[in-house]
Amino acid sequence: MTPVITARDISLTFTTADGPVHALKDVSLTINPGDFVSFIGPSGCGKTTFLRTIAALETPTGGTLSVNGMTPDAARKARAYGYVFQAPGLYPWRTIAGNISLPLEIMGFSRADRAQRIRRVLDLVDLTGFGSKYPWQLSGGMQQRASIARALAFDADILLMDEPFGALDEIVRDRLNEALLDLWKKTGKTIGFVTHSIPEAVYLSTRIVVMSPRPGRITRVIDSPLPRDRPLEIRDTPEFIALAQQVREGLREGHGYD
Amino acid sequence: MTDAAANGGVNPALRGGLPILTVLLAIVAVWYGAAVWMNAPWVRDQAARAEATLTAPDLIRQTLTLDRPVLPAPHQVAAGLWDGIAGQKITSKRSLVWHGWVTLSATLAGFAIGTMAGIALAVGIVHNRAMDQSVMPWAVASQTVPILAIAPMVIVVMASAGVTGLLPKAIIAAWLSFFPVLVGMVKGLRTPDAMQLDLMRSWNSSPAQVFWRLRLPSSLPYLFASLKVAIAAALVGTIVGELPAGATAGLGARLLSGSYYGQTVQIWSALFAAAILAALLVMLIGALERLTLRRMGLA
Repeated sequence: MTPVITARDISLTFTTADGPVHALKDVSLTINPGDFVSFIGPSGCGKTTFLRTIAALETPTGGTLSVNGMTPDAARKARAYGYVFQAPGLYPWRTIAGNISLPLEIMGFSRADRAQRIRRVLDLVDLTGFGSKYPWQLSGGMQQRASIARALAFDADILLMDEPFGALDEIVRDRLNEALLDLWKKTGKTIGFVTHSIPEAVYLSTRIVVMSPRPGRITRVIDSPLPRDRPLEIRDTPEFIALAQQVREGLREGHGYD
Repeated sequence: MTDAAANGGVNPALRGGLPILTVLLAIVAVWYGAAVWMNAPWVRDQAARAEATLTAPDLIRQTLTLDRPVLPAPHQVAAGLWDGIAGQKITSKRSLVWHGWVTLSATLAGFAIGTMAGIALAVGIVHNRAMDQSVMPWAVASQTVPILAIAPMVIVVMASAGVTGLLPKAIIAAWLSFFPVLVGMVKGLRTPDAMQLDLMRSWNSSPAQVFWRLRLPSSLPYLFASLKVAIAAALVGTIVGELPAGATAGLGARLLSGSYYGQTVQIWSALFAAAILAALLVMLIGALERLTLRRMGLA
């Protein structure tokens, strides 16, 4: 299997007035097609920065990174990924359908193709019939689903998500986690997912990457033994709890709660 | 005491209007008082020459009905305004509608030029590093030069080049109105946050796409706020442009000829006509703003 993302010794150092900040140091990771990889760690561990280097929104200062066999920037230009931020970032002056249409217009899809794609991704995120609504008419969870639909509309193989459910309450979050798993099974996308939440990481991922700060680095990579089919109740099983325990230990050895 | 008790039995519809009406009445009362006080010396002087004795009611009546008062009374200005707007054929040179139209047309032309210049400069500043660092100081400098000093030069220079009428005045109006648009639009075009710009980048958008689909729509609330300032400034600029010698048309010319001949009622009528025109223009833009922003979900 050819890996989708290969990172070898990635470093990223920001120069600030207080001296250099090592956001990433010697990060190596391979992500295979169809993987669901979560990045977890305390603030400043570089999990978001690493996701952004994959998306070519940041440029590493050292190491090699390839996405779909290209440089990250070439992959960005080839529209290899859809990116979902913590905030939905929907335009208030466009309807939900209009918002999903935005990247499609930018990429030059035909009108008919756009309409068909919008319908399909709205179905996929369970927002059928909400296309003509404006963002303010939807709840926070629905808005975030619309932003996921927008990231899916142009059929990128990779979905990069930066704490997409971080601003939502736990009940909505549970539902969206289930919906995301369902969507991942249906589409077979490769997903990179940044989170603060141990249960979320364990519930969703095939692999969990535990990171720690100063300098930002990977301390542990845990392959999940859980099956791909995961009802919410799986979170009460001993396997799930043991896995969560491993992640917690990884986090503890990483930064020692200083 | 609760609000309801404080308002007593006042009709709720009047509650908003009552304070405004009170202030208006107070202004009118002060104005009448000032008119009596400022016109009294002249009336007393006339009475002394005629060796007549003046009772207080006589004094007050005469101070409020002078042909050329130092300060005309509100009803005299109202009558002058009414006569200027409704009492004349609108093609007459005594019609405030005709003068108002002359001023309005130059104002709108200047406003259009100024707005386009302001937007163009703002687009340049937001997209070009060199312009970002160099344009703003010049724009600020342009506004610190007194417009009263610039206006005659523009009029004279352009007249010597054979350009008279609307265009020189419009240029002075544009000079004043481009600045608020420039400042507002630089701020407005920069409102999209890093996340929205990153999203655009993740879709590999061209700078033009970022501009038309993100920056420009995001900037509209700022644009409308600026346009309200700009249109009032354009009117001031036009009137100032009508003051230099030679202008025979426009509210500015009306102000000037009134002051030549001591026609204070005419001056005040023209002043009020200008104020009403400004208020109407600002209200028009306000209505346009509400309509647009509500439709865009930004209001």
